[in-house]
Amino acid sequence: MGMNMTEKILARGAGRESVRPGDLLLAKVDFAMGHDLTIPPASKIMREQMGATKVWDPERLAVVQDHFQPAKDTASAALGKTTRDWAREMGIKWYFEVGDGGICHTVLPERGLVLPGELIVGADSHSCTYGALNNFATGVGSTDLACVLSLGELWFRVPETLKFVYHNRLREWVEAKDLILRVIGELTVDGARSKAMEHTGEALKHIDMEGRLTMTNMAIEAGAKNGIMEYDEVTEAFLKDIAKRPYTPVSSDPDAQYEKVFEFDAEKVELSVAKPMSPDAYAPLSEVAGVKLDQVFIGSCTNSRIGDLRRAAAVLKGRRVHPQTRLLITPSSTETARMAEREGLLRIFYDAGASWTVSTCGACLGGHMGVLGEGETCLSTTNRNFPGRMGHPKALVYLSNPVVAAASAIAGEIIHPAEIMKREPIAV
Amino acid sequence: MTAPLVLRGNSWKFGDNVDTDQIIPARYAIYSLDEKKLGEHAMEDVPDNEGWSKKVTAGDILVAGSNFGCGSSREIAPVAIRSAGISAVIADSFARIFFRNSINIGFPILQSPQAAEAIREGDQLEVDLEEGVIKNLTQGDEYQAEAFPEFMTELIHMGGLAPWVRKRLEEKRAAGLLR
Repeated sequence: MGMNMTEKILARGAGRESVRPGDLLLAKVDFAMGHDLTIPPASKIMREQMGATKVWDPERLAVVQDHFQPAKDTASAALGKTTRDWAREMGIKWYFEVGDGGICHTVLPERGLVLPGELIVGADSHSCTYGALNNFATGVGSTDLACVLSLGELWFRVPETLKFVYHNRLREWVEAKDLILRVIGELTVDGARSKAMEHTGEALKHIDMEGRLTMTNMAIEAGAKNGIMEYDEVTEAFLKDIAKRPYTPVSSDPDAQYEKVFEFDAEKVELSVAKPMSPDAYAPLSEVAGVKLDQVFIGSCTNSRIGDLRRAAAVLKGRRVHPQTRLLITPSSTETARMAEREGLLRIFYDAGASWTVSTCGACLGGHMGVLGEGETCLSTTNRNFPGRMGHPKALVYLSNPVVAAASAIAGEIIHPAEIMKREPIAV
Repeated sequence: MTAPLVLRGNSWKFGDNVDTDQIIPARYAIYSLDEKKLGEHAMEDVPDNEGWSKKVTAGDILVAGSNFGCGSSREIAPVAIRSAGISAVIADSFARIFFRNSINIGFPILQSPQAAEAIREGDQLEVDLEEGVIKNLTQGDEYQAEAFPEFMTELIHMGGLAPWVRKRLEEKRAAGLLR
């Protein structure tokens, strides 16, 4: 009986010919990631509870200062310092300081650190993002990360796999974000719990690597262990000059087993939002058009890569953010920020009245630089809108794609971007 | 640190899909090494649940619906619940990372849809961790929790993943397999 991509990677990591869903394995990890919130506890557990003095392989770990950095207060400064000092002491090769990296899940793919066929864990739930690059990547806690730091291996339960087939192509304005919001709306936040999500089909051929990363990023919002995609020309081209190690892609066997197969007609997917207060509270954009907005946030590991910013800028160019709304833009990485600057996007954002921040997780997790107050309403390009996620538990958060976000910032309410494009740009 | 095998406490009921941002909001993640402080803010962002941790008596048992602990990977979620005085969590089902984190830190969790449905807030419970039997002393009822795979039971007995790693490191050292 054949295996699918997830099973093949886990089997290889465990040194086994084959595995089946439900098997418990001890598997070798190819690459790991931790950040300023998860390295401090993991390094402490590793040293004090596990008795390890060295990292298994300092070239196979990335440490990123992103969640509460640049430090917002003395407590987060202490976490940043602990992370920094430890990375230096351990000789971690892929250490990303503030101003160097950005948000971990954008930095690792753009630096060619997470590659096809690999088994990757990150001490952050959105580590599933990397699976768009044809690898098995999953989020773990600090004790799990400490185990990997000490031994270079970790226990896994081989997941059941749900296969998604996307037929046809997405229509104008409709993006990868709309597709994945639609999928999560159908699955619910519990629907893929502990399972693998394998995305396939014609529609993906026309979705670039950024859009693919947006889709696998949100696997965890359906409760999944990982999201994974096939290796193709898009993957190959993306990695061509950046891959830091040689790699071997995997593909699913024709007779691979799936717990269930879901089919979607991409052409029928509409512009989508998740309504407060859950990522599975799906609604077509038309249903929520007119909802007044206090804040619009374009940021996070989900939707603030360079393509996202370019498309947002195309709507914002020559237009102004509504006087009763504020627009915050947080680039997904320092490299993204550099490109945005070079291409003149910053000028467009500033002229529109948007604010531009350093690359950080910041507002997405209600951390800093854009925390919501009680009763405020926000439209956000992020991944998660559970109560309290972006600030006060009684703040309301809608999730959308970045073009809808940019258009809605101009309107001061949720709106279809085509409506804004009809309006004549004003000279600024 | 191994948990006692029989726990007794009163129940606190919660619904489905309680995510880690509600269990311990990210704004407290900067106190990730201060367990006492985390405990004070446990379950704080569950709607209309302010001041919950002050009402918990040490040993109480949290009972939740499906997909408990979904969302972020923060290990401080089970840590905060434990630090608030909760001795175990019973749920219809657990989100994957919360499940792993709890096993890894040696915090008792039990999966029992039957118990999650039948138990009411304030019921007095007795939980036999070895047998996975949950007794509802208030209602005079009994529920069986789902059994864990052998490896997870071994981790729970050892007190979590850290002692297991320590042992494995020692074996590797003895065999000369470490750099």
